[in-house]
Amino acid sequence: MNELSALVAVAIVTTATLAVGAFGLRVSRTTSDFFVASRRVGPFLNASAISGEYLSAASFLGVAGLVLLRGVDMLWYPIGWTAGYLLLLVFVAAPLRRSGAYTLPDFAEFRVESQTARQVASWLVCLIGALYLVPQFQGAGLTLRAVTGAPTWVGAALVAVVVLVNVVAGGMRSITLVQAFQYWVKLCALLVPALILWRVWHHDGSPTRNLHAADWVEPLQGPHATYLTYSLILATFLGTMGLPHVVVRFYTNHDGTSARRTTLGVLAMLSIFYLLPTAYGALGRIYTRDLVASGRTDSVVLELPGRVLGGTGGTVLTALLGAGAFAAFLSTSSGLVVSISGVLSQDVLSRRFGSVTGFRIGGVLAAGGALLLAAGSQGLPVAHAVELAFAVAASTFCPLLLLGIWWRGLTARGAIVGMVCGGILSGTAVLAVMVGAHSTGWPGALLTQPAMLTVPVAFATMIGVSLADRARVPIHVGRAMVRLHLPETVDVDRGAYEPIT
Amino acid sequence: MSDEPLPRVRITSPRTMAARSRTRRSDAAEIDALTRLGEIYVQSLMRAQLRLAGYVVLLLAVSLGLLPVLFRVLPVDHVHLLGVPLPWLVLGVAVYPWLLVLAWWYVRRAEHNEADFVDLVERRESAP
Repeated sequence: MNELSALVAVAIVTTATLAVGAFGLRVSRTTSDFFVASRRVGPFLNASAISGEYLSAASFLGVAGLVLLRGVDMLWYPIGWTAGYLLLLVFVAAPLRRSGAYTLPDFAEFRVESQTARQVASWLVCLIGALYLVPQFQGAGLTLRAVTGAPTWVGAALVAVVVLVNVVAGGMRSITLVQAFQYWVKLCALLVPALILWRVWHHDGSPTRNLHAADWVEPLQGPHATYLTYSLILATFLGTMGLPHVVVRFYTNHDGTSARRTTLGVLAMLSIFYLLPTAYGALGRIYTRDLVASGRTDSVVLELPGRVLGGTGGTVLTALLGAGAFAAFLSTSSGLVVSISGVLSQDVLSRRFGSVTGFRIGGVLAAGGALLLAAGSQGLPVAHAVELAFAVAASTFCPLLLLGIWWRGLTARGAIVGMVCGGILSGTAVLAVMVGAHSTGWPGALLTQPAMLTVPVAFATMIGVSLADRARVPIHVGRAMVRLHLPETVDVDRGAYEPIT
Repeated sequence: MSDEPLPRVRITSPRTMAARSRTRRSDAAEIDALTRLGEIYVQSLMRAQLRLAGYVVLLLAVSLGLLPVLFRVLPVDHVHLLGVPLPWLVLGVAVYPWLLVLAWWYVRRAEHNEADFVDLVERRESAP
């Protein structure tokens, strides 16, 4: 009974995703539609789409699990994932949209006028994309197993196929509609059960058992807790702007002003959403404390209705939550596949194929590759990779964007050396965690949260090398600044750069 | 000296767009000159926007950025508000409206800066 309803719910989300995608397909005609939805997407739809794309399995299931496990310090994850958009808003949103670049490699090429910088950025997009995509596929497998008992590869393969059908057939326009739809699916799927669970908890006489343990309820209790918290803050606040699947969304805005308003909308939507995982974590502490001992804290969101309500009510709510989790995997994976295939089609496949064909082949390569990686890395702690993806983004694309937009002195060499330096340092930490190197003490803390070290190093190298290379400041930097910062209503020459031909 | 009146001559300030318009866009050099002028404008706009962004980051740093330190040094753990420990209330709920207020204020001010800039440029262009 339980399995059947969950299966039905997942099937409904999957079908609805394909249906909304197909609806988008009817209006997706030209290459421009395909890549950037012809830039006619309004701020509300765009904000829903960005939020829908952004809220991955880590937000839907992971935060509640972390709160259940480790308590108040874990609240910094959703805060950082939201505040990242505030920094993106004040430094990047409008100029990035005005640059006219579609991907981060486009931006690198436009700003520092170097093909090498473009290629470095392309590799980094693939690296960050893979770090983010593989855990989505694995999480899908684990969730489907938890709610229906299916083998783990089924969930991963199902997500890969649905994403591919949508991406390959419809491109960005259909993805925009699908993503916007999925934000609201996720919000309702988490909100409705939360309200019901809260009523039941209230009806129970508001028990607070298990909530008073000092190491859970009080902040900064573990070893190196202050360092870990600040490093986490740095990685998430600065990493958001460097995530390729987030940045690609900004090109679908009409202009710089609507890019800002979209970001404001995203902040509001994320703020509403992130109130909920905390509630699940705390309720989980009261009703499902045993998940901590059995190491299955990630499933707290899926387990709570069954434990608290039981019966048909619990079954229905579990199915609803399972469907929401599946929406999370689908939307984030779609966004990642779109951004990786955008890069692959422009930088690798464009010489041999037309742009739309290249985009489709890129999508197949991205999803297929990630599926293979997910199958090959079973049992490795890849869920942590999502957090590390933020650290890599903060150490590479964040300095490129901030310095590229606000500092005329950035040179191609500076950008390349800075990105490579930050990428290697943070990538080493990723690799160490992936192969399971368990260090204790300070090395362990540095490997788990490398941002506090790698972000300043990346900034320092980018600035230092650019200063030493002062003679090679890009010749069109003045024109680039006009383009990045002037409102579209002012009629000026913005240069000839045109990323999508 | 002839009694015949001299042909009428229009005198315009060389600094206005009206004076330039006859030769404007006729050659690349003039456009380059406009761009140099534009660059000064661009710099002023960039500074205004960067200063605004700096304020937001500063507010963010002294509010959210200091929270871990405050939790470390102040005995807030046992302070309860509405039955919830203060750190949970701050980190779980109060932070989000604050982020929204900052973002909303930034968007308003940034659009204001741009409107000022557009006014400045258009006043020049439509000057007699």
